[in-house]
Amino acid sequence: MLNILAAEGGTEHNPIIPLWQELVLGTIAFAILCFVLMKFVFPRMEQTFRARVDAIEGGLKRAEAAQAEANELLEQYRVQLSEARTEAARIRDEARADAEEIRADVLAKAREESDRIISSGRDALAAQRESIVRDLRAEVGTLAVDLAGRIVGESLADEARNRGTVERFLDSLDTTAGGRR
Amino acid sequence: MTGQSIVLAAEVPFPPSVEDFYLPSIVPWGGHESYWFTKITLLLWLSVAILIIFFLVASRKPQLVPTKKQWIAESLYGFVRNNISIDMIGKEGVRFAPYLATLFSFIFIMNIWAIVPGAQISPNSHIAFPAILAVISWVMFIYLGFRKHGAGYIKHALVPPAPWFILPILVPIEFFSNFIVRPFSLAVRLFANMFAGHMLLLVFTLGGFAMINANLWLAPVSVLSWVMAIALTFLDFAICALQAYVFTVLTASYIQGSLAEEH
Repeated sequence: MLNILAAEGGTEHNPIIPLWQELVLGTIAFAILCFVLMKFVFPRMEQTFRARVDAIEGGLKRAEAAQAEANELLEQYRVQLSEARTEAARIRDEARADAEEIRADVLAKAREESDRIISSGRDALAAQRESIVRDLRAEVGTLAVDLAGRIVGESLADEARNRGTVERFLDSLDTTAGGRR
Repeated sequence: MTGQSIVLAAEVPFPPSVEDFYLPSIVPWGGHESYWFTKITLLLWLSVAILIIFFLVASRKPQLVPTKKQWIAESLYGFVRNNISIDMIGKEGVRFAPYLATLFSFIFIMNIWAIVPGAQISPNSHIAFPAILAVISWVMFIYLGFRKHGAGYIKHALVPPAPWFILPILVPIEFFSNFIVRPFSLAVRLFANMFAGHMLLLVFTLGGFAMINANLWLAPVSVLSWVMAIALTFLDFAICALQAYVFTVLTASYIQGSLAEEH
């Protein structure tokens, strides 16, 4: 096709052979372009890209850090809450236990007191009874001996005292009474 | 009527020839001997000036949130960087991104002149410019190959992993395809596309005039021819972008081949 065109146009140019002037100018022009763009433009864009990536990644990292911190705080609060709950339960249990103890204590003391009062009353009664019995015994002995002396007509008091008759009699009464009881 | 036709016919030479690509020089005006200052070289300088001014202005105060101009410039660079350099060459392709981006934008704007009203011809339809770029790519991938593999690059480039008895055939073929055809095909592909694009536009535009001049009854066909010329302009735009892309991708691919560890 080129041959036909060349023949028809009667050309002096062959399009596949470069013009040396254009080679020179093209080389210079492209060299200038390369120099400017590769030295001043694209490296700066590369920097901008990096800065942008940094900014985005930094933002993401910050967000992640904030998220992690929030999670940590949440966890912490949860732990604290559960601790507080446990603490409250413990305190309640302790209070309950204390109350129980105090109640038992008071109860025991009251019982002790009542026991003490009862036993002292019983002791006092026993002592009184003892003294009454002792008095009565002496009285009864004397009365019986006096009565018997009057009946017999002579004094038996010294003899009875000497022989301990009355005492023995009363003791025998006591033992029979005790055995019956 | 006939007089007008004759005038028109005289003004519009048909068919277009190779000479239509070699316009009279601007300084000195109208000469055909000097090629230092022609429409072609004017467009060349304009391309360089536009690119330099655009990129310098766009990247003067880079901001994290880009302005519109900065965004356009960065998209262009980012496209070559990510979709050509890194995709073809890999991680270390970033090193070559500035050159490839320069190459891409230069070829693209040089091609686009083919459809810019008033310019309507791409400097790349003169083989000198594609040839320069192809030679740079050629020297570059050979240099990179030798720097990476030392003398072993010759074996790396010429001896494919194949049974020994095929090698006598394969080695010459590899040599021919890698070191001779590559720069030639790079240059011719770009040049021929731009040349053909311009030629097609000429054929359809001038053809319209030629037909309407030959016979007024052919006027509808002439209109069709001009509509075709407009449609072809759109097609030419696609070809301009595509050829810039292809040239850049192939250069990246050659670089990748030189840097590769294995075949």
